[in-house]
Amino acid sequence: MEKALVLDSGLCTGCEQCEVACSTVHEGVSNPATSRIKVFNFHDEGRFVPYTCTQCDEAWCMQACPVDAITVAGTGAKVVSDTLCVGCKVCTIACPFGTVNYNPATGKVLKCDLCDGNPACAAACPTGAITYTDASATGYAKMQSWAKATDAGAQASA
Amino acid sequence: MSWTQKILRVNLTKGTCTPEPLNMEWADKYLGQRGLATKYLTEEIDPKVDPLSPDNKLIVATGPLTGTAAATGGRWSVITKGALTGAIACSNSGGFFGAELKFAGWDMVIFEGKSKKPVYLLIQDDEATLVDAADYWGRTVWETEKGLKAEHQDPQIRVASIGQAGEVGVKFAGIVNDLHRAAGRSGVGTVMGSKNLKAIAVRGTKGIAVNDQAAFDIATSAAKAVLAENGVTGEGLPAMGTQVLMNVINETGALPTRNHRDSQFEGANDISAEAMAEPRRSDGKPNLVRNGACFSCTIGCGRISTINPEHYTVKDREQYQIASGGLEYEAAWALGAANGVNDLDALTFANFICNEQGFDPISFGATVGAAMEMFEMGVITPKDTGGLDLTWGNAETLTTLAELTGRGEGFGAEIGLGSKLLCEKYGHPDLSMSVKGQEFPAYDARGIQGMGLTYATSNRGACHLRGYTVASEVLGIPEKTDPLSSDGKAGLVIAFQDATGAVDSAGLCVFTTFAWSMDNIAPQIDAACVGDWSVEKLLEVGERVWNLERKFNLDAGFTGKDDTLPKRLLKDAAKSGPAEGKVSELGKMLPEYYSLRGWTKDGVPTNDTLSRLVL
Repeated sequence: MEKALVLDSGLCTGCEQCEVACSTVHEGVSNPATSRIKVFNFHDEGRFVPYTCTQCDEAWCMQACPVDAITVAGTGAKVVSDTLCVGCKVCTIACPFGTVNYNPATGKVLKCDLCDGNPACAAACPTGAITYTDASATGYAKMQSWAKATDAGAQASA
Repeated sequence: MSWTQKILRVNLTKGTCTPEPLNMEWADKYLGQRGLATKYLTEEIDPKVDPLSPDNKLIVATGPLTGTAAATGGRWSVITKGALTGAIACSNSGGFFGAELKFAGWDMVIFEGKSKKPVYLLIQDDEATLVDAADYWGRTVWETEKGLKAEHQDPQIRVASIGQAGEVGVKFAGIVNDLHRAAGRSGVGTVMGSKNLKAIAVRGTKGIAVNDQAAFDIATSAAKAVLAENGVTGEGLPAMGTQVLMNVINETGALPTRNHRDSQFEGANDISAEAMAEPRRSDGKPNLVRNGACFSCTIGCGRISTINPEHYTVKDREQYQIASGGLEYEAAWALGAANGVNDLDALTFANFICNEQGFDPISFGATVGAAMEMFEMGVITPKDTGGLDLTWGNAETLTTLAELTGRGEGFGAEIGLGSKLLCEKYGHPDLSMSVKGQEFPAYDARGIQGMGLTYATSNRGACHLRGYTVASEVLGIPEKTDPLSSDGKAGLVIAFQDATGAVDSAGLCVFTTFAWSMDNIAPQIDAACVGDWSVEKLLEVGERVWNLERKFNLDAGFTGKDDTLPKRLLKDAAKSGPAEGKVSELGKMLPEYYSLRGWTKDGVPTNDTLSRLVL
């Protein structure tokens, strides 16, 4: 079954444990600068929003890559091969969401690879803001809460 | 490994930035942050130095766990001789700045001398430069942080800066990072301002490795599970923040009210966590927007709040109709109960101003309380205050004074002296509720006996974060002791002081110790750092740091006579609640404390104690 990362900003406290976990798993050091997931702090609104690659089905990054360094893994993740990547950055331009980024330290690009089906960010998140669930039911929790809320209204009128 | 093993020495007089290797022999004895920076400071400055002279130094320090996956591994500290106290100062902050400094490759920055003109330090990984700060001098913390990010076209820069309070010499100015986290106490921002140093802006992309990643993963994961499952760190603090304490401490009869004249506040519930969660009539929203975490923190106790848009403080000032750092317990107490104000929006606004202009809400609120008492006595008159009515409970006076103090204007310039100098100026030194010049936080020493000893012996002046025996005496952590009894409190205070010294030196947050014992902490440090870091070794670090700080203060001219409390707490009994009729039994606890510490009856560490601790 294909799974996907589900990000719930309502639960995010902005602690960046996800960024630490991501960079540690991929680079061996705690270094948010190389994290494939980022938490944005919209200070004036009091909102923390985690954001990363959604693994587009027809991925712009993959189609744009001139050396075919981006391929589809068994998890559905679009994965960059460091051996093939030439650091041309065309994928960083092609991605409409900005989730592919260049790493000057290695001359390669960084993007979420779903950690081979065991995303470190989801495991590290202390509040459940990041989960890895059935890709066909990413709206399940939201539907469930709205079902409850709207049905409570119906009950009140009945 | 976990230490970057590199420090940056910034000579502001010469305008130079020079890297140096970290003294690893000292790191093995003092661990990091509070301990290690205190070692550097005490080796490098004359304890008798004027805190505001160029010969004082200011050290910005991280711990070995700062920037790592260890829960709460985002702490950093400022170590200097305090402007408010003239004693050793160590002010600890969270947020994201400290971790960023580590990611850039630096354990510490030592500032020495004084710049001829205002400058800020820009660190981008290995590159460090002093930059002209003419455009930022005279600006607030909030303007400075936004300006620096815009100037360098880098929204990921982290900034620690002083506001106008630090520039104009408010004695309790702090250093604020990430808009609303602060190294708030003892006047560390005043020292920074005296050096013409406006800000430190850091961007780090190098990251932090630990010594044994596999062992570190196991130790940190286990410790995070302990935090998650604990009632205080897993539920109470995320949901209600430290403000969970407001009603609890009031019921304990230890909520100092109106400059410690009373020890229970009739308006406590109006300024509590419960009140912050209550939807208001105007826009249907509560004061509390949500909780927020510092770097790597899985507790997330931080409050993010808004002010009622119809409140007088913000009605015509859109720039304050935003979410920002809300009331923590100490701030809510100092701005509220200490001067009898029960207007939650006024307190939230005053707290915004403390963050925006960079000054300590505890010392500010407590000093306003002392001024209000002298106003009631007729010692301070409307002529002195520029017409301000300092009657107890006047919210508009509180918020006006916050703005005036931040800019050093009008009667705010007198509040900016701190309560000790203010009360001396008006001839009533006894009315300053302080130790070594630093105002008390939010626990009455008559109702929580251990805290009286904690305050009296605290090396940086009155402080709850040097030995939080409230955990034991009120919350029953790790085990319940009677808050009204002084029996056994000397040993309890010492245990808390030493453990806190180790936690502060590691780069962790002391709030973890609501759930963690040293048995949870030691394996994390041991896995992260080279060397063997047992519980025993860590507690010895804590004790060593305590004695080193003590030694500095004695060399600076403090004596055992300064380990005392204001007469009000020693002579005037609490008037209501469970502590009614009680005074602080400091006189009983202090000799036992000295003896258990291995100090003489005058409070001087004996040679045996010093040599045992390799001092």
